[in-house]
Amino acid sequence: MADIVDVGIVSGDTGYILRVGALMLLVALGGTAVAVLASYFSSRVSMGLGRDLRKAVFSRVQGFSLHEVDRFGAATLITRTTNDITQVQNVVMVMLRMLLFAPMMAIGGVIMALSKDPTLSLVIVFVLPVLGATIGAVAAKALPLFRAMQQKIDRLNRVVREGLTGIRVIRAFNRVAYEQERFVDANRDLTETAITVNRLMGALMPVMMLLMNLTAIAVVWFGGIRIDAGHMEVGDLMAFIQYVMHIMFSMMLLSMMFVLLPRASASAARINEVLDVVPAIADPPEPRASGPVRGEVEFRNVTFRYPGAERPALESISFRARPGEVTAIIGGTGAGKTTLVNLIPRYYDVQEGAVLVDGVDVREWRQADLRAGIGYVPQRAMLFSGTIAENIRFGKADATEEEIARAAAIAQADGFIAEMKDGYASEIAQGGTNVSGGQKQRLTIARALVRRPAIYIFDDNFSALDFRTDARLRAALKPEIARSTVFIVAQRVSTVMDADRIIVLDQGRVAGMGTHRELLQSCEVYREIVASQLAEEELA
Amino acid sequence: MSARRGHGHGHGMGPAMARAGEKPRDFRGTLRRLLRYLRPRLWQIGMVFLLTVLSTLFSIVSPRIMGKATTVLFDGLLARNAGIPGAGIDFAQIARILALLGFLYLISAGFGVLQQYVMAGISQRTVYDLRNRVNEKLARLPLSFYDRHTHGEILSRVTNDIDTIATTLQQSLTQLITAIVTLVGVVVMMLAISPVLTLVTLVSLPLSAIVTVGVARRSQRYFRALQAALGELNGHVEETFTGHQVVKAFGQEAEAVAEFDRINHRLYEAGWKAQFVSGIIMPLMGLVNNIGYVIVAVVGGIFVTRRAVEIGDIQAFIQYARQFSQPITQTANIANIIQSTIAAAERVFELLDEEEAVPDPADPVRLERPRGEIRFEDVRFSYKPDKPLIEGLSLAARPGQVIAVVGPTGAGKTTLVNLLMRFYELDGGRITVDGVDIRRLRRGELRSLFGMVLQDTWLFHGTIRENIAYGREGATEEEIVEAARLAHADGFIRALPDGYDTVLNEEASNLSQGQKQLLTIARAFLADPAMLILDEATSSVDTRTELQIQQAMQSLMKGRTSFVIAHRLSTIRDADLILVMDHGRIVEQGTHEELLAAGGHYADLYYSQFAGGQSLAG
Repeated sequence: MADIVDVGIVSGDTGYILRVGALMLLVALGGTAVAVLASYFSSRVSMGLGRDLRKAVFSRVQGFSLHEVDRFGAATLITRTTNDITQVQNVVMVMLRMLLFAPMMAIGGVIMALSKDPTLSLVIVFVLPVLGATIGAVAAKALPLFRAMQQKIDRLNRVVREGLTGIRVIRAFNRVAYEQERFVDANRDLTETAITVNRLMGALMPVMMLLMNLTAIAVVWFGGIRIDAGHMEVGDLMAFIQYVMHIMFSMMLLSMMFVLLPRASASAARINEVLDVVPAIADPPEPRASGPVRGEVEFRNVTFRYPGAERPALESISFRARPGEVTAIIGGTGAGKTTLVNLIPRYYDVQEGAVLVDGVDVREWRQADLRAGIGYVPQRAMLFSGTIAENIRFGKADATEEEIARAAAIAQADGFIAEMKDGYASEIAQGGTNVSGGQKQRLTIARALVRRPAIYIFDDNFSALDFRTDARLRAALKPEIARSTVFIVAQRVSTVMDADRIIVLDQGRVAGMGTHRELLQSCEVYREIVASQLAEEELA
Repeated sequence: MSARRGHGHGHGMGPAMARAGEKPRDFRGTLRRLLRYLRPRLWQIGMVFLLTVLSTLFSIVSPRIMGKATTVLFDGLLARNAGIPGAGIDFAQIARILALLGFLYLISAGFGVLQQYVMAGISQRTVYDLRNRVNEKLARLPLSFYDRHTHGEILSRVTNDIDTIATTLQQSLTQLITAIVTLVGVVVMMLAISPVLTLVTLVSLPLSAIVTVGVARRSQRYFRALQAALGELNGHVEETFTGHQVVKAFGQEAEAVAEFDRINHRLYEAGWKAQFVSGIIMPLMGLVNNIGYVIVAVVGGIFVTRRAVEIGDIQAFIQYARQFSQPITQTANIANIIQSTIAAAERVFELLDEEEAVPDPADPVRLERPRGEIRFEDVRFSYKPDKPLIEGLSLAARPGQVIAVVGPTGAGKTTLVNLLMRFYELDGGRITVDGVDIRRLRRGELRSLFGMVLQDTWLFHGTIRENIAYGREGATEEEIVEAARLAHADGFIRALPDGYDTVLNEEASNLSQGQKQLLTIARAFLADPAMLILDEATSSVDTRTELQIQQAMQSLMKGRTSFVIAHRLSTIRDADLILVMDHGRIVEQGTHEELLAAGGHYADLYYSQFAGGQSLAG
């Protein structure tokens, strides 16, 4: 454009003006093509990064042991896999599109400015530090404020969440006013910081614009002097202003990093926390056993402590269970019942002693082979979205329809499934919210039954059922599981009375082991439990 | 030459911020209602408006003035080249122009800062009010509301939705004003410089409209696909992570990852297309812009050679032409943001419109010395109108009696508690305390008559002392310690390194379940109520703590009318009245002996739960 002014306008050459105009159009077209390409690559790269990160985090979490999932909590792992990665992915895209573009624009601007008039470029040398200092000063103030604001948002959320979970208690104790006060406090605190932050960030833009415009004025003034002295032409001055604008504008883009980067870096840190975890449980390089599991389970002097816990959750546990035997585990909560059965599928590794399946330490098994031999029914009934048949087939991928129907019948689930409109093809909503607790429990039992495993683990599953269903279910189960090794975690004495072996746990230790009759004779803790549950006349 | 993008006050640029538009149902009504919240700050908003207009106006005028300086330079130069004696660049005039320009810039920036300053106050205080309003509303909503909505849903309205409103108020509103003023101002300035050139520039307008609409339509399709894939992915992740143990138990890790990969791939495909398509809008607009720019430069250049326009004006015109298309794209972007903001506001207002609990009576009765006599008279109640739950229930509890409520899980034992505390309203009949209908008491008054120890031990983030003191406002240190002692909690509290000052973390996971239970009992002791509601939680506590809890509850019940959701045989047998519940109804009531003799539901339950029955093993 400078040429139009300097050559074309000065000489009044219309043809020249048109030729340069055509050239400018070509350059613009080229620029657009390149920009579209840039958009293409930045989209692919940033979304690809998001995809790969998501996959990495998800696969990593799949490799986590229960302890690692517990440590983070499922809720935060979900946010880290979804929101946090989206956050990072979007910032990378903005960076690729704008922030990468900004320094190039600045450098290009500086080169062009220097080539037009090195002396006038001194203006830039003078302005850039001022600009840098402004950005730096705002950053120094804003970054801690942004962090403080995040904390205050968290606090407000916590107050609201506590208010929601404790609503009955709050109303029961008539403390609504007190809770309101807590909320208003947190709200006011947040609002004040938010106002400060927004005022600061709001001032940044106009001030940057001012600096930019003042620079333009300086360029015109000093440029005018240089033109007067014959060192420069008017068209060059106009071009020069444009270059300076480019440089300044790119600096403004850079200042946008303040808004984006703190959030993204917090997200990135949270993602890295997940990726940095090395799962504590891994398959042995050379497994010493390969399926199918026959079902013999032995605890050899097992002591287990949750990481960071003072007291072991289980201490010096030894017993052996063979196929065809029922082992019941009873005791108060916190006694270690669930922990004990969780050691069999190697959800956790023991610190001392060993858990052996078919005579081989579970740490010497491939996890997949080991677990393929176990039918596990968890305490909290958990179903997945999909049809009922798919949920049962979760236990055995190639189960036939007959096998599924049979498992459902034993689990006393066929009745309510038949009543549903689509039968086995009925959809289960996410989290199984469209079936009742008892129905869910029966489906999880069917899921375990369809595997016909060598080892069954029932973790306190019968309390959610009404007693008639409970009775029928147990009667149907009995022949089905007769040749397996069965573990039952229970609260009620009535559930375990006839077991081949009852293990009474008290604070992680075996308080007694034997049949109902033997324990009544020998075990004080067991007698206490029985006394609290059974009528005296039943004791004998 | 690279296209110079946005210029001016816009920081809401970038396709990354483009959202898939969610549409509000009643745009105008919600907008009007949102504006009502701004009314208390009307004069401040007027000021912001004025400041924005002024700041924008000054920045619009300045290129023209800057152009004047160039003209003076150029004219001086031409005159000297033409060899006119004494001619040269008039630096005095340039200095005057530049000084004026500097002044204008300064004022414009000053107004800009001031405008943002005031707006920050307006927007944040408005959402402050809104948040408080929502929170107060939450306190007035009946519990049935909380049954229908998940915590996440309510939380998201109090935080995310209100945050969206705040951001829009802070940025988009002023941007919108700026954009409109800029658009009008720029057109006026361009017309003033050269109507012909303006016409040339306006020719590019339909072109940019075509580009914007065309691209937006395509990108919206991809954004929808993106949202769908994202939703599916979130669902899968949530399910897999919460069911981690089950996934592992059945060796389904590889399956889960494969399914994840499938969804993730679809997300990627839709994602990069959506971002790409919405990303090219900027360069395409830039191209349209640049074409206009070249035409202006060429036509303008020719005009200048013919002396139809001054050179400085061309420089100014080029700057205007640049600014011209920007507000258009910006407005489109802001329109999107405003739409999703209104949708957010709609959700917040929806919550504010929820039906509230019946207000407290105007002339409430006060029970000075409650004795604890409770009567249900022909009570009728249901959670859902079409599913009757309790019908014609009558019972009487004399002061100091123990009423045991038994029945299988999910039989609706807590419904009774809910009615007693008036968490829900009756459909018929009445409940009286000391002969007074509970509807004639203030809710706070009624609830302070009851002490409540539930299985769900709610403790909050704070010290143990604060958590116990929750039972009664203004309790002294001695009273707190005494309550803890009565609840058998003093011992374990003192064993903690920080004693009563121990801070409970968010999930209170630094205490055992039993210890938490003891704290809630201490809270009830401190409240010293005439009546009690207890939930005997047997399942969650080890034997020793269990014993302590039992003793603590026993001593707490002494001399108070107590409703006990009972699990212990001893409690049930010693109760003055047993209510047997099943499927939400009270199916039987009477004493242990009476009910056993009746051989009905209770007898069934008794023999199956407490006295053996068929066992799985053996």
